[in-house]
Amino acid sequence: MRNKWIARVKGWLDAEDSGLERSMAASQQQPAAMDSDEADAALLAWLAEERERQHDVASRLHDWHERKGSRAIHMLYCLLCVLICTTLIVLLLYTVSTLPSFGSADHPINNEVSARYIESGLQETGAVNIVTGMILDYRAFDTLGESSVLFTAAMVVLFLLRMDAKSEGYSPLARAMRERLHSDTYYEPHNDVILQRTAVILVPIVLLLGIYVVLNGHLSPGGGFSGGAIMGAALMLYVTAFGFDSIRRFFTYKTYQRVVLCALLTYALSKCYSFYTGANGIHSVIPLGTPGAILSSGLILVLNICVGLIVTCTMYAFYAVFRKGEL
Amino acid sequence: MQFVQNFPFFCILLTLMCAVITSVLKGRAARRMTLFVILIVSAMNAAVMAYTLRTGESYVYMMGHFPAPWGNEIRVGVLETVTMMIFCFVILFSFLGGLPRSVRQIESTKYNIYCILVDLTLLSLLALVYTNDLFTAYVFIEINTIAAAGLVMMRQNGASLVAGVRYMIMNLLGSSLFLIGIVLLYTVTGHLLMSNIQESVAQLAATGQYHVPLTVVLALMSVGLAMKSALFPFSTWLPGAYSNSTPTASAILSSIVSKGYIFLLVKVYVRVIGFEVVRELGIFDILFVFGAIGMIMGSVNAVRAKTTRMMVAYSSVAQIGYIFTALGLGSEAGVICALWHLVAHAATKSMLFISGSELDETSGGTHLRGDLRGGFYRSPLAAAAFSLGAVNLVGIPLLSVFITKVTMAQAAIGVGGRHAAIALACLAVSTLLNAMYFLSTVLDLFTPRRDASGAKATLARVKPNGLVTLSLVGFMALNLLMGFFAQGILTAIAQGLARFA
Repeated sequence: MRNKWIARVKGWLDAEDSGLERSMAASQQQPAAMDSDEADAALLAWLAEERERQHDVASRLHDWHERKGSRAIHMLYCLLCVLICTTLIVLLLYTVSTLPSFGSADHPINNEVSARYIESGLQETGAVNIVTGMILDYRAFDTLGESSVLFTAAMVVLFLLRMDAKSEGYSPLARAMRERLHSDTYYEPHNDVILQRTAVILVPIVLLLGIYVVLNGHLSPGGGFSGGAIMGAALMLYVTAFGFDSIRRFFTYKTYQRVVLCALLTYALSKCYSFYTGANGIHSVIPLGTPGAILSSGLILVLNICVGLIVTCTMYAFYAVFRKGEL
Repeated sequence: MQFVQNFPFFCILLTLMCAVITSVLKGRAARRMTLFVILIVSAMNAAVMAYTLRTGESYVYMMGHFPAPWGNEIRVGVLETVTMMIFCFVILFSFLGGLPRSVRQIESTKYNIYCILVDLTLLSLLALVYTNDLFTAYVFIEINTIAAAGLVMMRQNGASLVAGVRYMIMNLLGSSLFLIGIVLLYTVTGHLLMSNIQESVAQLAATGQYHVPLTVVLALMSVGLAMKSALFPFSTWLPGAYSNSTPTASAILSSIVSKGYIFLLVKVYVRVIGFEVVRELGIFDILFVFGAIGMIMGSVNAVRAKTTRMMVAYSSVAQIGYIFTALGLGSEAGVICALWHLVAHAATKSMLFISGSELDETSGGTHLRGDLRGGFYRSPLAAAAFSLGAVNLVGIPLLSVFITKVTMAQAAIGVGGRHAAIALACLAVSTLLNAMYFLSTVLDLFTPRRDASGAKATLARVKPNGLVTLSLVGFMALNLLMGFFAQGILTAIAQGLARFA
C-alpha cells in the first residue's frame, strides 16, 4: 500500500500523464487511408482492435470507480460540486431579491436611453418594430458582432465535423460510411410516404412564413434571427424527408459558402458606409421611407435579409454536419 | 475629425471582411490574406498610436448615426493603442513563425479555417481593447472564446480534442458569469455604456444603495474573467490547451487571448465600476492572494513538467499570477505594473513558444526536456531566442520582466504592510523557481550531446526556414527594444491610465 503511494507521488513529481487520458488520445489514431481492396480488411481489423481498446478503457474506468479510495474522492467531488452550486444559487437568488422590482416606474432602466428608443425610435430609424430599430440601427455594431459569432461557430463546427473526401485526413471509417452499403442513409426510411407528403405540404408554408418574418422584421415582431431559424427548420424538414441527394441539387457546400460570404459582406459594407458617415458627420443618402411601408426604414430591411440568410444557412449546416459530416 | 481617427473602426471592419472572404479561399491565398490583414492592422494601429501619443487625449468614435448611450461607440486612447500595437506585433511574428509547421499539422483542405480563426482572434481583440460598451465587450468575448477553442483543437488528435473541450467548458463558465454580471449591473444602473455606468455606480456607492448587487457583480465579473485568463485555481485547462496545439495557436492563446481578458478586467475596474469603489468592496485582496499563490504554484508545476511546452505553459500560470498580484495591490502603481507585465509577458511568452517548438523540431520532435540538449548547435537562432526569453522571465536587468519585478516591488512597498511582505516574498521565491527551470533548460541548450563513449554526438545543424528566421529575429528585436525603452512605454501606460477612466 505504501509503495503504491510512493509510486503515485513519484509519478506526480515526474508529471506522468494520466493513463486514461493517454489511452483516450491513442484511440483517436486511425490507420492511414488506403484506396486498394485491402482497405476493407484493414478497416475491419482496425475496428475490432478499436472496439477492444474501448472495452479496455471502459473496464479500467469501471475498476477505477469501484476502488475504495477513488470512491471517496468521487464522493468528495460530488459533495463539493453540490456545495458550490448551492452556494452560487443561494447567492444569486438573494441578489435578485435585492434588485429593484421588475416593471416599477422608478426602475433604473426607465431612463433617457429607453425613453428615446420608445419616443423617437420610429422617426429616427423608420422601423415600426422598435426592437428591430434598436438592434439593427441604434446598436448595429453589436448585431454585426452577433452575426460574426454565428459565422465563427459555423467555421469551427465545419472544421471539426465536416469530412472532406479530398483531404489527407479523411478517415477510412468515413470513407466506408460514405461509399458502402452501411452508410447512414441505409438505416433510414428511404421513401417514407407519410413524412414526404407532410413535407410537401409543410416545407413551402414554413419557408414562406420564414421569408415573411424576415421581410416584415421592421414592421412586426420578428426579423432576421427568428425568420432565419424558421427557414432553417424548413430545410431540415426537407432533407429529413427527401434525403441529401435531393437537397444537393440546390444546396451544396459551395452554395453555403457563397450565400454566407455575400450576406456577411453586404452587411459589413453597408455598416461601413453608415458608421463612416455617422462618425464623420456626413449626411447619409439612404432614405428612411414612409414608416409602415414594406420598403422603408433605410438599411434595416437589407440587414434583416442578410441576417436571415446567414442564420438559415448556419442552422442547416449545423444539422447536416452533425448528422452526416458533410453538406 | 481627422481621418486617422477612423482607423480603429477600419481595422475592425477590415478584419471581419477579410475573415469572411478567407472562407472561400484555399491554403496559400488564405495565408496571404491573413498576413495582409495583420500587416494593414499593424500599420493603421501605428498611425493611431502616433496620433494619440501626440495629442495625449483619448477620443470617442461613434459607431453609427446615434451618439452613445443610444448607439455604440469605441474609445481610443494612449493605453489602448500602445497595448494593441504590441499585440499586433506578437500576432504577426507568431503567425509567421508557426507557418511552416501549421502547414504540416493542419489538414490542407481546412487550412483556410485556421487563418479565419487567427483573423477573428485579432478582430475580437481589437474590439475588446477599443470598446466602450459592456455588451459589445461580451459579444466579442464570445467570438474570442469560440475562435480560441477552435485554435486549441486545430491538430484534431485525441489530446488536443480533450484539451479543447476542457477549454470550452471552463471558458464558457467564465463567459456566463461575466454575462450574469452585466445583466445585474444593467438592472441596477440602467446603462450598458461604460462611462454612464461609472456615474451611476458612483451615485449608488455614495448613497449605499444596492450594495449587495454591486458586490456580487464585481465578484462575478472578476471570477469570470479570471477563469478565462487562467488565474491559479482556474488554470487547469491551460497546460493541455497550450501544449497540444500548433505553435502559432499556443503563442497567440498564451500571450494574447488571455491578456485581452485581463485588459478588459482592468477596464471594468477603472472605467466601469470605478477604482475607488472596487477598492472599498475589497475585491483586490482576493485577487492578490490568488495571484500570489499562482506565482508560486505555476512555477512549481513548471519545475516538474516533462516537456518544454508544458514547462512554458505552466510558467504562463505563474506569469498570470504576477499580473493579478500587481493588480491586487490596489494602487495606481500596481495597475501600471500589471499593464506593463501584460505586454511584456505577451512579447516574451509567444517568443518562447515559437522558438521552443523550433528547437523541438530540430531535436527529433520528442518535446522531452532532456532531448533539447545541444539545441544551440542544431539551430542557433532558435536557441538564442529561447534563451533570451528564458533569462528575461528569470529577470535579468535591462530586460522587460526585470522592470516588472522592480515596479512591482516599488508598488508593494508603496502600499506597505502585509501586502508588501507577501509580494516581496513571493517575488523572491518565484524568481528562484523561474531560475531553476529556465536556466537549467538554457544550460542544456548549450551543452553538446555526448554518446556513451563521451564523444560529441550532436545532430547536424538544421537550415532554418526563412519565415521562422524572420519571426525569431523580430521577436528578439521586440523584446530587446521593450527592455531598452521600458521607461518610455511605462510613461505612456501611466499617461494612458490617467485618461482611461
